[in-house]
Amino acid sequence: MTRDEALVQGLVRLGDNTLIIGHRVSEWCGHSPVLEEDIALANIALDMIGQTQLWLGLAGEIEGAGRDADTLAFHRDAWDFRNLLLCEMPNGDFGRTMMRQFLFDAWHSIYLGRLLKSSDARVAAIAEKASKEVAYHLERSADTVVALGDGTPESHDRMQAALDYLYPYVGEMFLSDEGDAVLAEAGIAPDPASLREEYDALVGRVLDKATLSVPENRYAQKGGRTGTMHTEHLGHLLAQMQWLQRAYPDATW
Amino acid sequence: MYAQMVKSEATQEDPEKLTAFQARIDAGEKIEPKDWMPEGYRKTLIRQIGQHAHSEIVGQLPEGNWITRAPTLERKAILLAKVQDEAGHGLYLYCAAETLGVSRDELTEMLLDGRMKYSSIFNYPTLNWADMGAVGWLVDGAAIMNQVPLQRTSFGPYSRAMIRVCKEESFHQRQGYDAIRKMAEGTPAQKKMAQDALNRMWYPSLMMFGPSDKDSVHSEQSMRWKIKMNTNDELRQKFVDQTVPQAEFLGLTIPDPKLKWNEERGHYDFSEPDWAEFHDVIRGNGPCNTDRLAARNKAWEDGRWVRDAMLAHARKKAARKIAAE
Ligand SMILES: [Fe+2]
Ligand SMILES: [Fe+2]
Ligand SMILES: [Fe+2]
Repeated sequence: MTRDEALVQGLVRLGDNTLIIGHRVSEWCGHSPVLEEDIALANIALDMIGQTQLWLGLAGEIEGAGRDADTLAFHRDAWDFRNLLLCEMPNGDFGRTMMRQFLFDAWHSIYLGRLLKSSDARVAAIAEKASKEVAYHLERSADTVVALGDGTPESHDRMQAALDYLYPYVGEMFLSDEGDAVLAEAGIAPDPASLREEYDALVGRVLDKATLSVPENRYAQKGGRTGTMHTEHLGHLLAQMQWLQRAYPDATW
Repeated sequence: MYAQMVKSEATQEDPEKLTAFQARIDAGEKIEPKDWMPEGYRKTLIRQIGQHAHSEIVGQLPEGNWITRAPTLERKAILLAKVQDEAGHGLYLYCAAETLGVSRDELTEMLLDGRMKYSSIFNYPTLNWADMGAVGWLVDGAAIMNQVPLQRTSFGPYSRAMIRVCKEESFHQRQGYDAIRKMAEGTPAQKKMAQDALNRMWYPSLMMFGPSDKDSVHSEQSMRWKIKMNTNDELRQKFVDQTVPQAEFLGLTIPDPKLKWNEERGHYDFSEPDWAEFHDVIRGNGPCNTDRLAARNKAWEDGRWVRDAMLAHARKKAARKIAAE
């Protein structure tokens, strides 16, 4: 795998994460538990879509095959998506959405933190912008997880159930492959496996405050960031997201 | 408008106080929450601001309907930002209403059980992507017609909320027009979507201004109090006059065979919307009334455990802080 191939793959992974979780978060629009949450969730989704434009835009540019961010977002099928499985998991109740967000934000903030020092200036510049937004997302999702974990017996049970349901999708964040090795070697991006300790410490602190217990089973569901096996959920998400572009391919919007 | 057919409350109070109050309004002074005000003024404002706030909130639904299907990342971002703004408008308006002594939760309960209304426009469906353009262009456009004058309304908090809201609404209108222009100038299928959107949205947009002045029973008192700044027919005419050339520019046809420039009046003549349909929608029989209210009720019910937990956590945190001191 060449450096550019590895870089394109790495960028697509970042952009697909933000695109897919951003899509999920945007499903809440107008349906959340309080008005402030409607505003906050729309804001997160908006940041995610903005970051998608940057990551996928750069991926298309480096790929040099004439695909821009929109082409990549709207004209690939499920097997070409490289997002973490966690990002495509359905919203469930508000607690599960916030738990998913927290588990993702914690990884995202650590990963972006490393990208700040990327040897590729374009990558570092996007990470610079994104990491500021994500620091805020993490602060908010962590606070919400703590509040709901610690709130009432019902909310505690719902949050523990959300954690139990989503935890098998955490391990995939730390799996490394050939592309990751190329990027790490070139100083462009960190080796995912090297982030686990910091992640566990961060997540552990928050879950502790939330009076939630980390599941013992460390089995990792995988196949998202390699594209080898997504969940059944992704196809439905894409059917909705890509329908207009696919139905009217000759249109500009 | 966002507040339609707001019933003004009769007021029976000390005539001297009432005269002095009216004099303040006539002099263009702002009434602030701590000032004396007639009960009728307060109640009418709660109803009007509340209805306006509810419209912003329910208004998230028809547009939210297309966020997950927006055709480009940029259009998705624009739409998300707009819907987020509308939620923000709801928030300012609930805050303005709260200064009159009614809580956001109380107002919400009244929306959910049908005691309070929201604008009839949001009981119409959004069926194709061009609707996102048409809503910005026509619905936000109609809202601005009403809200620009309301920046000068007599009640301070309402006036200030309108100043913030109007800036964003005019931005929405420009973006909406841009989105529908792209459709109108696009492929035959896109043009068809744009025309279809205009066909469905035109009369419901005209209805937003409320019934004709001759049938509008509540206007006079509200106009004296500067809660309502223009009559329904004035605003509707202004909206038509502004919109017709914009539709012509797009090459779209307004679905009104009687629409014609009247040289003598210096205005367009146009057909009235079907007021029987309007009253049906207000009574709950619009195409989306049931679904809109059900969606809001579901959000509120599903969110109860979250709101309870946030409150419980805040209390525990406060108690722990006291214990630690
Ligand atoms: Fe608004
Ligand atoms: Fe609006
Ligand atoms: Fe608006």
